[in-house]
Amino acid sequence: VSTALAPMLLLVSLLALWVAIGFLGLLRPTSLRLVAHILFPLGAAVGVAIAATAAFSIGSPAEQWVLVVGLPDLPVHLRRDDLASVFLFLLGAASAGISMFGAGYFRRGEGTLPGLLCLQYHLFLAAMGAVLLADDAYSFMVAWESMALTSYFLVTTQHRIPEIRQAGFLYLLIAHLGAIGILLSFGVMQGGSWQFTFDAMRAADLPPAWGSAAFLLALLGFGAKAGLVPMHVWLPEAHPAAPSPVSALMSGVMLKTAVYGALRVTFDLLDDPLWWWGLVAMALGLFSALYGVVFAAAQTDMKRLLAFSSIENVGLLFTGFGLALIFQSAGMSAPAGLALIAVLYHAVNHAFMKGLLFVGTGAVLHATGQRNLGRLGGLIHRMPWVAWPTLIGALAIAGLPPLNGFVSEWLLLQAFLSAHEVPRLFLNMLLPLGTAVVALAAALAGYVMVKFFGIVFLGRPREAALKDAHDAGWRERAGMLWLAAGCVLLGLLPNQAISLLALVPVQLGILEPGTTFGRWWLLDPVAGRQASYAPLVFLVIVLLCVVATIFFVSRIYRRRVRRGAPWDCGFVRLDSRMQDTAEGFGQPIRHIFEPFFGMRRELPRPTDPAPHYRVEVSDRIWSGVYVPAAALVQRLALSVAQLQQGRISTYLVYSLVTLLVLLAFVL
Amino acid sequence: MSGLSWLIQVIEVLVALLAAPLFSGWIAQCRAVLQNRTPPSIWVPYRNIRKLLIKEAVLAEHASPLFRTAPYIVFGTMICAAAIVPSMGTNLPFSNAADAIALVGLLATARVFMALAAMDVGTAFGSLGARREMMVGFLAEPALLIVIFVASLISQSTALPTIADRLATEAFALYPALAFTAVAFALVLLAENARLPVDNPATHLELTMIHEAMLLEYSARHLALMEWSAALKLFNYACIGMALFVPWGAATTAMPTVPALLVAIPILALKLLVSGAVLATAETAFAKLRVFRVPELLATAFLLAVLGLLVHLLLQG
Repeated sequence: VSTALAPMLLLVSLLALWVAIGFLGLLRPTSLRLVAHILFPLGAAVGVAIAATAAFSIGSPAEQWVLVVGLPDLPVHLRRDDLASVFLFLLGAASAGISMFGAGYFRRGEGTLPGLLCLQYHLFLAAMGAVLLADDAYSFMVAWESMALTSYFLVTTQHRIPEIRQAGFLYLLIAHLGAIGILLSFGVMQGGSWQFTFDAMRAADLPPAWGSAAFLLALLGFGAKAGLVPMHVWLPEAHPAAPSPVSALMSGVMLKTAVYGALRVTFDLLDDPLWWWGLVAMALGLFSALYGVVFAAAQTDMKRLLAFSSIENVGLLFTGFGLALIFQSAGMSAPAGLALIAVLYHAVNHAFMKGLLFVGTGAVLHATGQRNLGRLGGLIHRMPWVAWPTLIGALAIAGLPPLNGFVSEWLLLQAFLSAHEVPRLFLNMLLPLGTAVVALAAALAGYVMVKFFGIVFLGRPREAALKDAHDAGWRERAGMLWLAAGCVLLGLLPNQAISLLALVPVQLGILEPGTTFGRWWLLDPVAGRQASYAPLVFLVIVLLCVVATIFFVSRIYRRRVRRGAPWDCGFVRLDSRMQDTAEGFGQPIRHIFEPFFGMRRELPRPTDPAPHYRVEVSDRIWSGVYVPAAALVQRLALSVAQLQQGRISTYLVYSLVTLLVLLAFVL
Repeated sequence: MSGLSWLIQVIEVLVALLAAPLFSGWIAQCRAVLQNRTPPSIWVPYRNIRKLLIKEAVLAEHASPLFRTAPYIVFGTMICAAAIVPSMGTNLPFSNAADAIALVGLLATARVFMALAAMDVGTAFGSLGARREMMVGFLAEPALLIVIFVASLISQSTALPTIADRLATEAFALYPALAFTAVAFALVLLAENARLPVDNPATHLELTMIHEAMLLEYSARHLALMEWSAALKLFNYACIGMALFVPWGAATTAMPTVPALLVAIPILALKLLVSGAVLATAETAFAKLRVFRVPELLATAFLLAVLGLLVHLLLQG
């Protein structure tokens, strides 16, 4: 018994340890040393332990706990199954690197006191873990709300700045719109039994109409948290506002809890998915992917750029999720399993890649005080320890082999290749078109990453102050290297990862047990199709080619090299302002995808002695949906406010009228 | 059999490596003839590479290590791509390690490194070229991927040699979808290899150039490698096109014997001669497009590829 219970016991105690670490920060809330030197590294170690426990627990039978704590008659149900384990691994492994980075990052103690920050940070981590383990609606919502609130406080760390308070408010608002959706979805799923445990929801037999209502509400709720368009507006505001490790956690891990929720509700709690659920999820996902990446290309703030890139990746995740739903409803178990594995793989990958990129921007921000791409440049010389890991993250997120982003995109494309076999007319023709959008989004991600990395790290410093930029400290380096190593290893050893991930669809009853995905070095996921990928062999051959080239060329030239001024077609008065700006690099995208953007251009007249060119890009969804909605709410509130006259006699008249009406009812 | 297939694999890579400049030289000759100029010697690309290799390299003062390593990475990825693309035989052991999607990823890796290297020195031309190259790339890459998808759907495989093998050995059938994707592929080939309607390989005029703008800061051996990679890329693209649309003649898995290989080599040479001439004709016939109009051309390629996909699904469904 003890061995069977071990993973659950370990996981719960490790989460409790996170809470304890958080409260330890309150012992000496102003001490940066305690927080940075002891508590954050300790939190990182707990993260590693959680990741290891979760990874080893995958494949063991699901365990359930009922803890009699909290309100009477509302015990906390906890359950660990393979789906939860995968996301717990993601949480532990990604947060380990981010916490380690945070240990060095929070050294200045801006805004919130370090001890308080430590409490919020670790409660946030523990709340995410609790979301993954919760097995009844009540404890799920408590964990979900704790996650939202702690992250709200983390976003508003620098609460003295009005824009940051505003961004925090927007985040809180959308998080709660989403929470309402989730709550209502649970309300529908209990199916009249008034039992709010997940077991009761699994057992409930919902008619298709109610099932669809539950799915759509869950999609709304989790989509708001994940940042699906049109509920994405909080992401590009909250991420730049938050300290970088917090942005990394929110983007890398918290968005995945929403993906987890969507998977949990659809594949576990609701039993028979309808085919159009998948279509809705996929359409939203594809649109988000394209929208996110197009906007990312037009950004000039590096953290906003990454936030939009997260919207793109969430879009890809929901695309795969929708595809898996469609396959499952059509009874095609193997492709459904493959699509689900692609989603899980990409979720884990994105936690590492985006975590890495966000902490990289944090290091740049600390070294230079700049978030604006137009004031950066040339940092590869000053900050090599930040630049090279960030390059790995950028190449990975651009989906280039042999790194990890490529593997999950490859799996998704392989799943798409089975889409024409869906036994439903029109759908089988519509779905492959999704491939085109995925391919376009993936290619655009390459554009975005070249822009991001090229403008921040390459070229010459665009500001004189950048010459004094300092490299990251050793804790920050350790955190970045951990995340970069994750990107490389997940890229090179996909079979080892997939053999674990494949147990999730098996446990959910989607995939047959014993499905293989090729030998240990060769990824060969689709039976009967010649399609394989072996990243290790691939890397070895590419490296061999590169090394052989270097060898042969070095035989000929014998190391003669001279440094000189840049050529630039003979132009001599070159300065750093002549490089491409972030706006310039985004120009082709703005030009090609013009209908996506709300754009305001100010062009100079030809006779202008001091010409200025300005272009302002805005989100049409914000001005088209949110501004009218806010205006409507404002109008309704004003008309309700007519009742409030502020005079005692008016209120007495209200009381009198109410009494008379009630009397009329009674009599 | 596996020994022979490894032999074919090695020969293929070597042939690609050595014949790629020849192919570029042939296209330059055809162009010169069509434009009523005296054609340059077909060996000019080799002489160029040799000349550049023995020269002293000059690096910009503030070039980072990325700038120096990029030519080797680009060249290495192009050799690797040559190992995946079937030109003479379709029984390539290495193609198990990387299918056509990985090939597209490989080409994208080369492009990204080239663009990053171009931005590294921090000149106006470099970043301009990088931006334009990435613009061309993000439209051409999905088009290429869809072209490959259609062929994969027809042959139930994403491995390029297997696609070529099945298309070549199955009973001759007309696939209307392939007609659409062939046009799309031709446009992608022109755009990705910096050929005429999109880019002019023979100009150094800043308003028009894309590829050359990225190479401006390179000299000597680094430039030699970049030029050789460009030739290899063109060669690879030509071979991808032949594998997808005229796969006949290569040594297939059904007959991986030495005579088949001996037949395959002259057939490959013939196909390359013809395709080079066609390419030169197309380049002479087209006028250079303004950079503004390039996205329209590539969007056409993308839509044609998607149309090909739809046609295939309609006719199969």
